[in-house]
Amino acid sequence: MTNALKELGGYIELKRGDCVLGWEIAHGELNVDVALSNVTGLVEFLKTDQNCAFSTLVDITAVDYPERAKRYDVVYHLLSMYQNHRIRLRVATREDDMVPSITEVYPAANWFEREVFDMYGILFSGHPDLRRILTDYGFRGHPLRKDFPTTGYTEVRYDEVHKRVVYEPVSLVQEYRQFDFMSPWEGAEYILPGDEKQEGSK
Amino acid sequence: MDGTKFDDALTGEQKIRNFNINFGPQHPAAHGVLRLVLELDGEIVERCDPHIGLLHRGTEKLMESRTYLQNLPYFDRLDYVAPMNQEHAWCLAIEKLTGVEVPRRASLIRVLYSEIGRILNHLLNVTTQAMDVGALTPPLWGFEEREKLMVFYERACGARLHAAYFRPGGVHQDLPGDLIDDIETWANEFPAVLADIDGLLTENRIFKQRNADIGVVSEQEALDWGFSGVMVRGSGMAWDLRRAQPYECYDEFEFQIPVGKNGDCYDRYLVRMEEMRQSLHIIHQAIAKLRAPEGQGDVLARGKITPPKRSEMKTSMEALIHHFKLYTEGFHVPEGEVYAAVEAPKGEFGVYLVADGSNKPYRAKIRAPGFLHLQAMDHIASGHQLADVAAIIGTMDVVFGEIDR
Repeated sequence: MTNALKELGGYIELKRGDCVLGWEIAHGELNVDVALSNVTGLVEFLKTDQNCAFSTLVDITAVDYPERAKRYDVVYHLLSMYQNHRIRLRVATREDDMVPSITEVYPAANWFEREVFDMYGILFSGHPDLRRILTDYGFRGHPLRKDFPTTGYTEVRYDEVHKRVVYEPVSLVQEYRQFDFMSPWEGAEYILPGDEKQEGSK
Repeated sequence: MDGTKFDDALTGEQKIRNFNINFGPQHPAAHGVLRLVLELDGEIVERCDPHIGLLHRGTEKLMESRTYLQNLPYFDRLDYVAPMNQEHAWCLAIEKLTGVEVPRRASLIRVLYSEIGRILNHLLNVTTQAMDVGALTPPLWGFEEREKLMVFYERACGARLHAAYFRPGGVHQDLPGDLIDDIETWANEFPAVLADIDGLLTENRIFKQRNADIGVVSEQEALDWGFSGVMVRGSGMAWDLRRAQPYECYDEFEFQIPVGKNGDCYDRYLVRMEEMRQSLHIIHQAIAKLRAPEGQGDVLARGKITPPKRSEMKTSMEALIHHFKLYTEGFHVPEGEVYAAVEAPKGEFGVYLVADGSNKPYRAKIRAPGFLHLQAMDHIASGHQLADVAAIIGTMDVVFGEIDR
């Protein structure tokens, strides 16, 4: 399996060297890093080429790395039902970059791109209908960004006076608890209570 | 008078415009909270715009602040019709990253319960599909069997629906011996019930009229819209992840992959019925393998990611510390990204997991088959009658737990 994937990775790089920034095989899966502007071309090649024959789009998603200059990775998963192999394409993009839409190649990309836009605010150029999909009508913000609080900003309740559902800013009785289970010997980055005294005594 | 002002020849009644209706969010045939905005020309659907997200619970966001083990029960709440199949994908993803080998007995139990899940799902789907097109008896018969299967769930893990039974590294507890016997007894009796449902529906004139030639999906369409599971098999492609990319120990099981010929709702119904029979076949094989001497042994790969044995904890301090650390801090998963998929009853259910080496997933994306199936709603339903919309929703097997996540 891994050998076949290695061959495939080499083949794609050979054929479309302008699109492929690099590729590797990890955990028995083929990862290809793709240049932002060439996504559509490469995906079309992968779909039509006989040796690749990636017939099905499995998934499009994104990952947020706030500390990087190119903040998001847009990740495509493709599957070939004919050759029986999978591939993962990763496209690094800045916050203000437009990612070319692949709805022309795979109609199934439509909702996935809407979801990525909804969750991360990444814009897709050439998408026919880039609306929010999973969040509420009139929702603000992009929930899966790392800087979006898990509790959100608004909450809803039924108002007896107005006889309708009203939106209000979130008011928490107790702060949302993000537990830090990390062992203080390994990953803890906070100051343990009492540690500040040690600094003062020096 | 240039001849353009003659529209007064049409009275108000004669002017025809398309009619927009809301199908749902509360509609018994919508299988949950689906709002379809339908544009109708008479009774013909011109355009169909599904509004989803009414059951969105932010699972993926919540998962980022919980440990790997705490995230497992979320998977029961995705496709709540066949909960264990979802857990399976999550366990496979973690096992792929940590490189844990699942013991044989656990692997067999997983196969057994995945197939029970498949029957649970298909029973619900086939019978409610019949209800959507006008029959009331099948769901009553089917739910009786579902209840029996849920008792098997309960006896294995204590919960009828939200099982949390598959764990990274195996399954939570071993099956009691009499449970295996009872599953076998049930598996021997079930074909008769299936034959009853079959006799009620397969040659039923109304059922056939409402399903045959409705919602036809060609092979190319199935590929373009990213279908999986029964939706591609109904269109004639023998694609099944259990066979094509075997996971767990499916490669040692013998089973057939039923395929449809016409790709319509009726073919998909037939495929589901046959898949239930094949699942029964797998269940029988799994039971035999569980009873064989090779099928005995532990059900968890004892190590960092699984708890120590209860008896060990009574005597060993290290085991006690391990148990405490496992259920508070949780285990750490090495850095990397994987995609693990299983053939869930509805299609390919996948998990894309990005780990950063800590005890929580950095990002977990849930790939639900129903999301793609519902997406093609506009494409498939356009040109059909309004009444067929219910049949098409039924055949797509949508469950909003997994679509809205």
